[in-house]
Amino acid sequence: MVSSGNMSNLVLEIKNLTRRFGVFTAVDDLTLSVNAGEVFGLLGSNGAGKTTTIKMLTTLLPPTSGEARVAGFSITTQAVGVRRAIGYVPQAVSVDGSLTGYENLLIFAKLYDLPHREQQARIAEALDFMNLAADAKRLVGEYSGGMVRRLEIAQSTLHRPKVLFLDEPTVGLDPIARDAVWKHLIDMRANYGTTLFFTTHYLEEAESHCDRIAIMHQGKLDALGTCKELEASLGPGHTLNDVFVHYAGSALDTGNNFRAVSAERATAERLG
Amino acid sequence: MTATFIHPLTSFVQKTFVITEFELRKLRHDFTELITRALQPALWLLIFGQVFARSGAMHTGNIPYLDFIAPGILAQSVLFVAIFYGINVIWERDLGIVQKFLASPTPRAALVLGKGFSAGIRTLSQAVIVYSLSLLLGVKLNWSPLALFNVLVIVILAATLFSTFSLVIACIVKTRERFMGVGQVLTMPLFFASNAIYPTDIMPGWLKMVSHLNPLTYVVDALRTCMLAGSPSTLGLSLDYAVILMTMTILVFVGARLYPRLAT
Repeated sequence: MVSSGNMSNLVLEIKNLTRRFGVFTAVDDLTLSVNAGEVFGLLGSNGAGKTTTIKMLTTLLPPTSGEARVAGFSITTQAVGVRRAIGYVPQAVSVDGSLTGYENLLIFAKLYDLPHREQQARIAEALDFMNLAADAKRLVGEYSGGMVRRLEIAQSTLHRPKVLFLDEPTVGLDPIARDAVWKHLIDMRANYGTTLFFTTHYLEEAESHCDRIAIMHQGKLDALGTCKELEASLGPGHTLNDVFVHYAGSALDTGNNFRAVSAERATAERLG
Repeated sequence: MTATFIHPLTSFVQKTFVITEFELRKLRHDFTELITRALQPALWLLIFGQVFARSGAMHTGNIPYLDFIAPGILAQSVLFVAIFYGINVIWERDLGIVQKFLASPTPRAALVLGKGFSAGIRTLSQAVIVYSLSLLLGVKLNWSPLALFNVLVIVILAATLFSTFSLVIACIVKTRERFMGVGQVLTMPLFFASNAIYPTDIMPGWLKMVSHLNPLTYVVDALRTCMLAGSPSTLGLSLDYAVILMTMTILVFVGARLYPRLAT
């Protein structure tokens, strides 16, 4: 095990993280910590800065200022350490349709340096776990949307990451496929202690699965706590939906550009 | 996580071949691409080559014109296939594939070079086609194993070079429409400002200079030297190799620096 020199229970420490694109501030002075093993949901309307946050935490985008440590590694100075410690499921389809399910896993087993003798066992276990063993030799291009998502999760967790980042993991899936994906995610946390950090639009998903949630609005962190705490903060009788409207405004349509919308629709179409 | 320490260079080489392997595995399922690609070199050799050989307009010294352009057409088809390779990474970017690879600990240069090599190996089919046509047309080929091996290596390196160039462009322009535009604009000058279908001696001075800065010129010279029976190199095979390898290395470095742009 590579020692990160950090024995605390925090798997994610974000301090004053900021990202600007020209004059536009996508993420504005975000400070946030996540405990090991937590299921953490990042909510917000389109353009709130959720995806930008995930991209910085997964080292895909350098921050303009501020810092974050993932599993003890700095995202700015220890990017490779971060990459070894995390798994990432982007919003768009990230497995290759012209390879089989098995091949999609094999390439990542190799890229993450899984010991050669363990590769086959690990892949078989992952396929079993995600209920894909029977379809392992089929081309992924023939998979259903739910199967694709489960394969993506299997692919991102083969190396047993400490934190799994998921950007809108259930977008475009029907309710049954959504439930199946969540069942596997929750099982995975139970079995391997994986921290789950995800973004979503679906409030009911956040409500039923998250230990804590954060609500972002225009790049800023507006609310943070358990669902119960946030609901109680508005006074008795409030739902999470009220909380969301209170902090994020009713606006679900701000700031999202054409490319993001068409990408999202395309994803939904491919998965659906 | 595994505790084993792997030397960065070993890791780079390993990962490069992993990327190449899986790029090539994707090919198994689609062979139509290989067949459609055969058409272009066939047209150039059978029509353009035949007509110009008859006209006697080109002075190619003591080798017949068809023999002269056969290696040029091979280099050209390598260029044409490789220069549009970057469209694949734009596809992979529009999906989430590039992002996922970039979030993995794979060295960026291995991602770039691995893809380049796979393009190189895919282009070998063009060599088979050009050799078959040349045989049919009576081009005097050099069949010594060393010469064939050299052709193999040069084709792979040249395709790696131009596909990496293509990937660099893709990283800069990021969208399919702009990429296709830039690709079209670059192909013709690279092709015509080279020694592929005429000797550089007949070029005006300025163009001749441009052709000496064009890596394709060195690819053509190397192929011509190795493919044809009794054809001496104009520029020297070692210079050809040096230019090809150096350009390729620089492009891989640039590509590795620019590749993360695709995730943003």
